[in-house]
Amino acid sequence: MAEIAYWEAIRRAHDEEMANDRMVIAMGEDIGVAGGTYKATLGLYDKYGEERVIDTPISENSYTGIGIGASMVGVRPIIEIMSINFALLALDTLVNAAAKIRYMSGGRAQCPIVMRTPGGTAHQLAAQHSARLARMFMSTSGLRVVTPRGPIDAYGMLKSAVRCNDPVIIIEHEQMYNLKEEVPDEEFFRPLEGAEIVREGSDITLVGYNFSVHLCLEAAKRLQADGINAEVLDLRSLKPLDRETIRKSVEKTHRVLIAEEDEAPVGVGAEIMALINEDCFFALDAQPVRIHAADVPVPYNARLEKAAIPSADDVYQGALKVMGKI
Amino acid sequence: MNDADKKRLLKEMIFFRRFEDRTFEAYMERKIGGFLHLYSGQEAVATGVLEKAMLGKGTDNDYVITGYRDHVHALKVGAPAREVMAELYGKETGSSRGRGGSMHIFDPSVNFMGGYALVGQPFPLAAGLAMGCKHKGTKQIAICFLGDGANNQGTFHETMNMAKVWNLPVLFVCENNGYAIGTHIDRSTAVRDQYKRVCAYDMQASQHDGMDIETVMEAAEKAIDFVRSGKGPYFIEFMTYRFRGHSMSDAKGYRTREEEIEWEKRDPIKIFSKRLIEQGLITEDDIKAMEKDIDDEMENDIIKFSEESPEPKVEDLHKYVLDDDPDPRWIGPLQQ
Repeated sequence: MAEIAYWEAIRRAHDEEMANDRMVIAMGEDIGVAGGTYKATLGLYDKYGEERVIDTPISENSYTGIGIGASMVGVRPIIEIMSINFALLALDTLVNAAAKIRYMSGGRAQCPIVMRTPGGTAHQLAAQHSARLARMFMSTSGLRVVTPRGPIDAYGMLKSAVRCNDPVIIIEHEQMYNLKEEVPDEEFFRPLEGAEIVREGSDITLVGYNFSVHLCLEAAKRLQADGINAEVLDLRSLKPLDRETIRKSVEKTHRVLIAEEDEAPVGVGAEIMALINEDCFFALDAQPVRIHAADVPVPYNARLEKAAIPSADDVYQGALKVMGKI
Repeated sequence: MNDADKKRLLKEMIFFRRFEDRTFEAYMERKIGGFLHLYSGQEAVATGVLEKAMLGKGTDNDYVITGYRDHVHALKVGAPAREVMAELYGKETGSSRGRGGSMHIFDPSVNFMGGYALVGQPFPLAAGLAMGCKHKGTKQIAICFLGDGANNQGTFHETMNMAKVWNLPVLFVCENNGYAIGTHIDRSTAVRDQYKRVCAYDMQASQHDGMDIETVMEAAEKAIDFVRSGKGPYFIEFMTYRFRGHSMSDAKGYRTREEEIEWEKRDPIKIFSKRLIEQGLITEDDIKAMEKDIDDEMENDIIKFSEESPEPKVEDLHKYVLDDDPDPRWIGPLQQ
């Protein structure tokens, strides 16, 4: 057991899967000789060569498409897109091709690609490097969308994604790459499906995914000091959603808050609220609350950026509101 | 080419024309829905190029991929005609189990990797198929058929660049029929000769008549040999014409009857049958007998099979969205 950073966990998963199966390749901008913008493939170019750790030109749609084509022949590509904003350029091959090929071929073809990308705000990267977009991918049939919150899931879910026969989008976060966690030394896999209760509680459920799980955990600590015992639920998978675990938690706590770093309209929180309405409306003792980003392009100015993006304090205040304390 | 092969190829092209004509009739009878894009007029291209590809070896075939005008390519690669027609009928026995339709014929059992409706999307997919062949170290290549209109997509330039940089075993076949849906090439494209556009990427390229199957075969053989020998990608352009509209909803208001008549004189089936008659290999009566055989097969086997096949079951609506039999080690559920 060693404490390793999120980026090291991803790197280790790449390394093990590439050693295990020569059909596993990695491709993306600057991932080879340069070792990757977030070091997720550091050293792998030297170890596996340029045929398996492929530096691509800046052509997101077509290199993603090339990965998809190769996957139809049995290759298992791990495609890195440097920022989820750039994944918009690859929407045609991801959404129109990868997500639909199994279905429109009547199950006769498949594209087992993994697309990894950081989706979230960092520090003053401004509007074109701060998109989140999870809601766009989670609304697409035929894709899996997962959001590892820490090194254990980042490692274990990437390994599962490589072996899974479906196209998997892994949404990481710029602010999590240096986050550390104790990770077992022996090989393990983390399933792609299933929400996880990361903090048991009885008074309110705080639902998060990706970076917002950490906001929920911090808020839960502060709520504890106020005598409120919050449960924190990490969605882990946005497509498909684990509605059973959400229902069970809400039926236990009777109160719920959903924290998302994205804007609210047609978003993750909206979807979770709809599921709660359908599955356990009568279990609720209070109106659910969404904590989310302001509905604006993310500003450059640090003060404005801070105002646009939800914080742990916003989650804390929101939870107090659900509890009827303010 | 020996005499038997010549006769076989003529019969194949007549069959492909008749197949498309029969889908037209079935469409008018509302047996086929959606969009329907017919290949009539361009038969010499797919038939001639694929005659020179590695086929007949199932999943060891070359990989073939194309756009939405895909029936004939699928048939020539080896997809059973019954299954292609049944797909157009939306039946469970169809090539894509009735989930794809005319624009999405798939038959991975012979490495026909699909028809795609997004113009230009098959460029990168084809390069990916080629990358897979290269990675596996097989002698297979990928062959991508697309029209001239597709070359105005970004995927064209992105893929030509990567195919060349990575030296991928892929043959791009440009079927230049002069129209991007209903817009003439001179009104949409700065350069009429499409093969010139890939010279910017230092790619091997050539342009040929696409109405004479023997010309197509000769050119395709050289291009395929080039690609298979590991020298890298090749872009081959064939000048051709589609006799019908872009799709069934096309009134062809963008081109003149005079132009159509000029091209109909160069009908690939007429050119080739005339030549075989002149060479004394075949008579008008032989051709009539061929047509009769084809009509019999079409009605008594292909259409009958399609009509009588069952539709997909509604309870199977959610099948094929994701892997229907996933490994729980990777998928879950998560043990709390």
